[in-house]
Amino acid sequence: MLMFIVRRILAGIVLLAVISMVTFGLLFLDSANIARRILGQNATEELVAQKAAELGLDRPLAVQYWDWLTSALTGDLGRSWFNGQLVSVSLSGRLSVSLSLVIGATLISAVLAIVLGVLAARRGGWVDTVVQFISVIGFAIPGFLIALYLVLIFAINLHWFKATGYIPIAQSFSGWLASVTLPIAALSIGAIAAVAQQVRGSVVDAMSRDYVRTLRSRGLSSGSVVYKHVLRNAGGPALAVLAVQFIGLLGGAVIVEQVFALPGMGQLTVSATTQGDIPVVMGVVIAFAVIVLIVNLLIDLAQAALNPKVRLS
Amino acid sequence: MTAIDVPVAVPTPHAKTSLLRRLVRRPVSLISLVFLVVVAVIAITGRWIAPFDPNLASLQLVLAPPSSEHLLGADSAGRDVLSRLLAATQVTLAAALVAVVTALVIGVVSGLIAGYYRGWFDAVASWVTSLVMALPGIVVLLAARAVLGPSVWLAMFIFGILLAPAYYRLVYAAVTGVRGELYVDAAKVSGLSDVRIIGRHILSVVRAPIIIQSAIITGIAIAIQSGLEFLGLGDMSVPTWGGMLNDGFANIYKQPLLMLWPSLAIGLTAIALTLLANGMRDVLERTAVVRRRRRRAVTTATGSIAAVTTSFSLSGGDASELDDSAPLPVVGDTIVHPDDARTSSLGSTPILTVSDLRVAYEQSEGEDIEVVHGVSLQIRKGEVHGLIGESGSGKTQTAFAVLGLLPRGGRVTAGSIDYEGTQLADASESAYAGIRGRRIGYIPQEPMSNLDPSFTIGYQLVEPLRKNLGLSKKEATEKSLALLDRVGIPNPKRTFEAYPFEVSGGMAQRVLIAGAVSTDPDLIIADEPTTALDVTVQAEVLDLLRDLQRERQMAMLLVTHNFGVVADLCDRVTVMQQGLFVEQGPVRTILGAPSHAYTQSLLDAILDEGPARGPLISAGTAEGGRS
Repeated sequence: MLMFIVRRILAGIVLLAVISMVTFGLLFLDSANIARRILGQNATEELVAQKAAELGLDRPLAVQYWDWLTSALTGDLGRSWFNGQLVSVSLSGRLSVSLSLVIGATLISAVLAIVLGVLAARRGGWVDTVVQFISVIGFAIPGFLIALYLVLIFAINLHWFKATGYIPIAQSFSGWLASVTLPIAALSIGAIAAVAQQVRGSVVDAMSRDYVRTLRSRGLSSGSVVYKHVLRNAGGPALAVLAVQFIGLLGGAVIVEQVFALPGMGQLTVSATTQGDIPVVMGVVIAFAVIVLIVNLLIDLAQAALNPKVRLS
Repeated sequence: MTAIDVPVAVPTPHAKTSLLRRLVRRPVSLISLVFLVVVAVIAITGRWIAPFDPNLASLQLVLAPPSSEHLLGADSAGRDVLSRLLAATQVTLAAALVAVVTALVIGVVSGLIAGYYRGWFDAVASWVTSLVMALPGIVVLLAARAVLGPSVWLAMFIFGILLAPAYYRLVYAAVTGVRGELYVDAAKVSGLSDVRIIGRHILSVVRAPIIIQSAIITGIAIAIQSGLEFLGLGDMSVPTWGGMLNDGFANIYKQPLLMLWPSLAIGLTAIALTLLANGMRDVLERTAVVRRRRRRAVTTATGSIAAVTTSFSLSGGDASELDDSAPLPVVGDTIVHPDDARTSSLGSTPILTVSDLRVAYEQSEGEDIEVVHGVSLQIRKGEVHGLIGESGSGKTQTAFAVLGLLPRGGRVTAGSIDYEGTQLADASESAYAGIRGRRIGYIPQEPMSNLDPSFTIGYQLVEPLRKNLGLSKKEATEKSLALLDRVGIPNPKRTFEAYPFEVSGGMAQRVLIAGAVSTDPDLIIADEPTTALDVTVQAEVLDLLRDLQRERQMAMLLVTHNFGVVADLCDRVTVMQQGLFVEQGPVRTILGAPSHAYTQSLLDAILDEGPARGPLISAGTAEGGRS
């Protein structure tokens, strides 16, 4: 088991190294033009060269990367080219906003998806039809469209929530809750749809397994077999989908933060992208990759806890 | 991003045309298809049918409401919304197409190569897949835009690369499934080139799933492209649905209608694509099911009687004592023989009486399919009753009906199942409480699949004991260990703590027998308890069953296709054919002087000169699936 964790962590570190190398290479490949883009088309060659030297862009790419990597390992991701702020500082301030959205959406979608999926699989009939239909629609409609209409209906027409703005949890819990409710709802709907479909499929599959019949032949009620044996065996595939959904939710948060004007990672990404603030873009990419790898590791551990075959091999 | 399981169809030359034909018969699919065709037509002709130049701005028309001239009004720059919507359809769909084609080419080609040739390409491709999956797509697109600038086409090309794994996995799975097939081997032997084999035999398998996946991916591409444009990160010089949405959202307080049109276009197109993909998947799945059923029906109809093989040879003698001249009573369609000396010693108290039992399966379309057509049988206390017949004759369905554990969709449609006065036919769960697991035990056919791989063997034995007998955990553990020892497991403690996949098939079957008898039932239903086992293990397990039956004086319904097992264990036997009981009586009568032509043909199929020992038979022709 320990070996399993160590192996997963090592694989994650290798993946991270490759991502950072490829991203850095792509972002800084065009070094010559980066300084010009910052200064504008009218800047003289001299000024551009001076700016490039100031940002360290005149050095070979490999040296620049090594420099970035060694400081990144100490937690220093460089400074923004536009406001001079430390990338790590702007990231950490915004991480909590994005993570509270994404983690909230993940938990809510996991719970609701399990309830809906099990309901659809066990009841069958019209319950199944309704859940499946809602799942298809929820899966099909893009998340930002759902976000837009939630704003239109619940904020602009009904005035139940404020359309924009974020209140930190430390400042006021109820205020925080009000400010994240619509964004989390917007994010969750698609994920609930996708995971509920998967849960339904795996539960139907697990319920038709021979061991379920055998356990029931020993007098165990169908309910207790479903909650102990079926859910445990259906949990693996559902977790795998949840992991994919989590990555999707991180991406969805980028757009949803924009709709609700929340000061999260998404907003930072979008503004850095439009400005061409390469160090910030680089930092954002690495932060997202680290989050994804940590979540994948946690999902792997959960898989191992559910499935003795993973644990023992 | 996308993880839709698409079924891989059995290859058929006409899959495409018949798929389309069956698709248009479903209203939801037809509406989706028509809608998408309209959108596609607009995408092609949009520029020409637009009443105005989509980029023509007019200050007088800024945020104008719908009017007779401008049917959908004008946007914040005073441009005609309808014209922009029509023109945007072209750009949006073309951009999505770039992503889909990129993903398709990369994913299908790499999937074919990796699946067909395996080797290092396989390893590299799967690693690259996990690399691509490690970042949210939109973050990659944003990073790319920071360097490459706001080009819709470039962004969609990159997104296509990110989506390629969806095709890759699909094709890879299909190819690895097919490459071992005999017809691919045959094609290789006959000297066809790899390219022709891939084109002819492999692409035909994945064609339909690829179409389905493309519908889903087109929806995703439209969504992400609109998302980028909506964020204002796209190319503002061309009209797109997302760009229009951005304008509408910015003016949400002044002119809320502006948001409606592009969001309808995006939403409805995405829904239509998903519904179409789902429709195609359903049609494909149904085809696969029908085809499987048809194949099975064919084997059953022409079913080789040799499937019922045994090396049992009859000692004869007793059969001649019967009075052949007396007419045999026929109950329904069943010839019923009277008791002989051995079976009359069993007494006459029935433990289970099944009369006129019918079992049918619901079909999603059309009438129910009946698999058991009204059968009757009585099992007396302490009797071992064999139920014999070839694969697909309905033996297992009859057994499951008694247990009340028919698979999904199956139910008892008529008749009665009386267990010592309790009516079990189509009974509720509460009617079975106290009977199933307590009074009736069940021994399944396939040992491995009947133990839950996620729990230890011990847990699966202890759980029913605590629930049914109300034992404490300690008592239940002690009883389970004693049972494991009784069924001949060498190291009960170790097996108790093991997971099912850590023991052999023979051990697993002993565990299942221990589980079935653990609550001291009066009736055991054993469904081909030895079929899945090695020949040497079969004999041991049969011995164990006989010993346990005698020791505990249990009645047993033994479902089998093996006359050796019947001769070895049973008192009476019922012969089943195509959902009906054809003959019933004492085992010696049935084996020695069968009256029904079907029983006779079953017995004739036995190899006469085989060794006399019953259980040691070849199970090579064992029943493949459940009836």
